[in-house]
Amino acid sequence: MKTIEKRTREPLFHVVKRDSLPVWKGMLIRVIAVVAAILLCALLSVIMLENVDPIKFVTTLFDGAIGSQRRLWKLAKDTAVLLCISLAVTPAFRMKFWNIGAEGQTLVGALASVAVAYYLGGKMPEPLLLVLMLVASVAAGAVWGGLPALCKAKWNTNETLFTLMMNYVATGLVAYFLALWCPSNGSVLGRLDFGHLPVVLHEYFLLIVVTLVLTAIVYVYLHYTKHGYEISVVGESENTARYIGINVGKVIVRTMIVSGAICGLAGFLIVGALDHSITTTSVGGLGFTAIMVSWLAKFNPLIMVGTSLFITFLQQGCAEIGSAVDPSFPNIIVGIVLFFIIGCEFFIGYKLQFRKFPKKGGRAS
Amino acid sequence: MNPFLDFLITAIPLGITFLYGCVGEILTEKAGHLNLGIPGIMCVGGTCGCMALRILKNSGLPWFVILPIAILAAFAGGLLMGLIYSFLTVTLKANQNVTGLAMTTFGVGVTKFVMSKMAVGGGMMYLYACDYFRFPFQQSKSALKYCGVMVFLGIAIALIAAFVLNKTRVGLHLRAVGENPATADAVGINVTKYKYVATLIGSGIAALGGLFYIMDYAGSYEAYKSIEGMGWLAVALVIFTLWRPNLSILGSLLFGLLYIAGSRIPTLLGIQLDMSATPLLQMLPYAVTIVVLIVISVRKKREHQPPASLGVPYFREER
Repeated sequence: MKTIEKRTREPLFHVVKRDSLPVWKGMLIRVIAVVAAILLCALLSVIMLENVDPIKFVTTLFDGAIGSQRRLWKLAKDTAVLLCISLAVTPAFRMKFWNIGAEGQTLVGALASVAVAYYLGGKMPEPLLLVLMLVASVAAGAVWGGLPALCKAKWNTNETLFTLMMNYVATGLVAYFLALWCPSNGSVLGRLDFGHLPVVLHEYFLLIVVTLVLTAIVYVYLHYTKHGYEISVVGESENTARYIGINVGKVIVRTMIVSGAICGLAGFLIVGALDHSITTTSVGGLGFTAIMVSWLAKFNPLIMVGTSLFITFLQQGCAEIGSAVDPSFPNIIVGIVLFFIIGCEFFIGYKLQFRKFPKKGGRAS
Repeated sequence: MNPFLDFLITAIPLGITFLYGCVGEILTEKAGHLNLGIPGIMCVGGTCGCMALRILKNSGLPWFVILPIAILAAFAGGLLMGLIYSFLTVTLKANQNVTGLAMTTFGVGVTKFVMSKMAVGGGMMYLYACDYFRFPFQQSKSALKYCGVMVFLGIAIALIAAFVLNKTRVGLHLRAVGENPATADAVGINVTKYKYVATLIGSGIAALGGLFYIMDYAGSYEAYKSIEGMGWLAVALVIFTLWRPNLSILGSLLFGLLYIAGSRIPTLLGIQLDMSATPLLQMLPYAVTIVVLIVISVRKKREHQPPASLGVPYFREER
């Protein structure tokens, strides 16, 4: 009878969770990942685009983003809008409520603003109109965000899929109203004459200030208030939250209403300070980018200033590189950089433990 | 042709676009991975297929060789995207939502870049193959024209997927991995392997949807721009059909009908429909999906729920 000796070999390495990593080491890993990604992108752009060399890639990147005063303002403006929406999704994410409906919540906020300005513009003093627009936007965003939360709290409906679908319902609504308001004009709404936010110092100045103030408010709300604490507990463990007497359903609904309301505010800012009009792509995917911005910052509002600036910087810089070819080029670069950052998080959270090789004459323990 | 029949037959090939994405996403979700990169994957699939067709343009090969090569190229494009996704989410345990969204950003960007580059200098030489894809009805003057080979391929894939998921051991293991990977691991199922294979094959299948949409249903140079929207509808269809590939054949037909209802109903019923009604009708698939989502969560029937560990990365040493 043959006996088959079954040998189990220890794998080359196995994965262990890290206890903690010094902050600077974590940052170093991220910086390495970003640099590696940019190098890869430079290489790719040399292959894909004519007359670009790696050095020109980097210089054009910086020139496109911060090369002139106009570009600096544009960078600040785009960063502010992105930051505002990122702030909005953050409270929900800290609760591990995967709200991917920021796009829709912002869009209905913008739609509400436009609707108020369209119907009531000129019939009342401008400041009152602006207040009404703001209220309408915030309320619309809150409803759009609160609805999935209500279902989640009551029946445990999958919030990721629900909020995703709500985005397209919002797009449909905007398309509907555009067709209703301007059927003869190919559903394009011209610039509204009323409901413009006042211009202080610079066209974009007010927007940037509002967003920075909001950043501070959200930071304080999440880190120094009872609400913020409850959100963290629910995010860590729903059972613990229930055990210490937190009404989980209430926290979920309340937080999502806050999230949606801030999205609505972002929508109001887009309409009142920037576009003064609306299309189905007014938000232009920022709702999705915001999710990545928030996640990259580990849901910390202060770090989000940096991450949103970084993403906007990349997008604007790459737009300059690819402008001769196609406006979609930045998306490729941002995608690649995100892949690298997403991947490098693994090396921050886990470490590889390699097999101990047997020494001469000894055995591995 | 009878306008009602025409309406129905036009809806079938449109639905097939959703069907490919949906079946691919079902396989992925059954392994516990919510892949929000499906729109990006479909785009890349379409691009790869078109690139292959363009290269083969002057090769002189017969159509029944070119067609499978294009389909395989699309499938390979999907595999490649799936590989990025599964490496990040399975091996590196990254957040699935963030990874998926990044995949969509990337995939749509690549597609727009490559396709618009192909457009420069009369390079868009892939549409010659439309007739190949529309076999056996390429001569037809009616809506039947769009019911080409890939329609049947899509239905076949959906049926095979349903069979494998529900009637075979492999399917049972896959569902176990999606429901509770720790338990599956304990009984000796190779969780990582199942997750990888399901995600890869799922991505490959979804990628075919992009090629089908460009070459068969739309058959135009601009088609690549609207694939992304199709991809999100495919994700919606997964919920609408309760994670069942065989039901998704009917579901895709219904979504197809709803999608084109706005433009067809006025002529069909002879009524004057306001122009603003079209967006509302196009919104319907999403609204219906939300209703289905709420209803299944209220009824809490076990077989109608999403896979239990959907979206949760599996780490063996986690308590």
